[in-house]
Amino acid sequence: MSLILLIEQVLNGLQFGIMLFLMAAGLTLIFGVMGLINLAHGSLYMIGAFCAAAVAAATGSFLLGLIGALAGAAIAGALVELVVIRRLYTKDHLDQVLATFALILIFSEGTRWIFGSFPLFLNVPEFLSGPVTLPGGIEYPLYRLTLIAVGLAVAIGLWLLISRTRLGVQIRAGENDREMIAALGIDIARLYTIVFALGAALAGLAGALVGAIQSVQVGMGEPVLILAFVVIVIGGIGSIKGALVGAILVGLTDTLGGIFLPEFLKLFLDPSTATSIGSSLASMAIYILMAAVLILRPAGLFGARA
Amino acid sequence: MIRERYLNALTLALFVAIPFWAITADEPFTITLMTRAVVFAIAAVGLNIALGLGGLVSLGHAVFFGLGGYAMGILAYHAQNYTALTEWPFLIEGTKSMPVIWLAAIVVSSLAALVIGILSLRTAGVYFIMITLAFGQMFFFFAISWAEYGGEDGLSIYVRNGFPGLNTLDPIQFYGLCLGLLCLVLLFAWRLSGSPFGLALNAARQVPVRVETAGLDPVRLKLVAFVLSGAITGLAGALFADLNRFVSPTMFSWQTSGEIMIFIILGGVGRLFGPVVGALVFVALEHWLGGLSDFWHIYLGLLLLVIVLFGRGGLIGMLCGREAVHD
Repeated sequence: MSLILLIEQVLNGLQFGIMLFLMAAGLTLIFGVMGLINLAHGSLYMIGAFCAAAVAAATGSFLLGLIGALAGAAIAGALVELVVIRRLYTKDHLDQVLATFALILIFSEGTRWIFGSFPLFLNVPEFLSGPVTLPGGIEYPLYRLTLIAVGLAVAIGLWLLISRTRLGVQIRAGENDREMIAALGIDIARLYTIVFALGAALAGLAGALVGAIQSVQVGMGEPVLILAFVVIVIGGIGSIKGALVGAILVGLTDTLGGIFLPEFLKLFLDPSTATSIGSSLASMAIYILMAAVLILRPAGLFGARA
Repeated sequence: MIRERYLNALTLALFVAIPFWAITADEPFTITLMTRAVVFAIAAVGLNIALGLGGLVSLGHAVFFGLGGYAMGILAYHAQNYTALTEWPFLIEGTKSMPVIWLAAIVVSSLAALVIGILSLRTAGVYFIMITLAFGQMFFFFAISWAEYGGEDGLSIYVRNGFPGLNTLDPIQFYGLCLGLLCLVLLFAWRLSGSPFGLALNAARQVPVRVETAGLDPVRLKLVAFVLSGAITGLAGALFADLNRFVSPTMFSWQTSGEIMIFIILGGVGRLFGPVVGALVFVALEHWLGGLSDFWHIYLGLLLLVIVLFGRGGLIGMLCGREAVHD
């Protein structure tokens, strides 16, 4: 167990966490502003990945693929908001869960219908492939480093958007009192559509970026969706800061747990038992983390309301 | 508008009539489909106690369904291999007897529901939905990595377990057994909703503050409801495993939780026969739409959307009017 391995795994965990943040930020924003649980957020992630793969295959350009993913997911998000989601704001959580579950079924099968059941592949672009040498002689894939940088840039951009712009003021006001800002002459329906499309675009971006290191396939969104839920519950629903902290915690726990729990247990148990117990514990680690956080702080780390 | 009790009677009559028709028409597969509907109905009647009566939106009931399934799988697996489950602190052997398996399924899933309930009921609303979902995932991943009992591939049981006096390998006899259990579970749910406990639980869902003022503990009421609900869904899991003679981590997946919830919404939340009607319609749709198109989930999704957006109260609500008759 060397220091280099440790640093590599921390970077992997960070990269995973940052991608979860892109998903969780949209989810938590949508819940914070509109009070909506959106199970179909994972489908928007999948749509982003498929748009990127399709555009990149047609044009040969990864960057155009990314733009396609952002646009495709945002358009899909805005359409879904206009047709279905806006009828759900006044309904209870049970209806929201079911209606968005229904959307997952429609999106997943629809994508399977259009693209078939076989995974698509999205290649890492030439200029980002290959390893880069970090200080200390650690070789690390440049693409994964780029993902961390892009994610952090998005986090800063979101923070600026919410704390410094007019739209951000409206979003924050919408979280607190939607009737009041409607009375002040702000088109609340339009604001909701914009927030939903923004969340969808972030999910689509995450899907496209991750799609280049994993395969692009139907059903890729749901595991990430559930992890994003874990993230926002840990961070506190509605809090972007909570989403960032939660995402990094979950990313690190999942990655480091998978590597170090079996090693740690080998100190006490024979190797084969340690590996099997360690790997099952590691796969449950983030859920144990979430349960622990909720028991200590039922509203999450940065949550304002339960 | 049809009176709800007539609709309920009609539903039960269908559950008796269709298999009889299947025997005369020599369509054994229909009996298997109906058994599937009955088992799903039992699971959903269980969830309906937490969801309809207690207002607890649990997106993790697959935990209990799966635990029931694995209780059956593990006991039967050891029985078919003639190995002991454990020899310490005392000898536990596998079994192929359904009543024992059911008891084990109920005990294991109630215990799990107790622990999950105590932890989850510290939260409410959307946090409750998410924490139950997370517990579901926890069990799902545990089952996948539990190599001793098949891991990702699951466990196959070669011969269906036995019930004293019946030949469970005969589809119609196994169906009758499951239908009998469904009737028992329905009777229990009906008696429960009219009992002092059921009334208090109903009140705790609607106005917890008043219930507290009256000297009752709403959280405790909900916890009891959650445990009862988990136990019944666990029993359904054991039956489902016996129907397929196979258990796999899929039983723990969150899609399973979602499906059990869909049965209730299709039929009607909080209605006694809501889960039963929902499960029957779902299995029929699955079979019929699944035959028409490989992409039948699209149609299921559209139907579900229409029901959630326009048809409050599910199918029973559409047929019998909005007012739930608690008679």
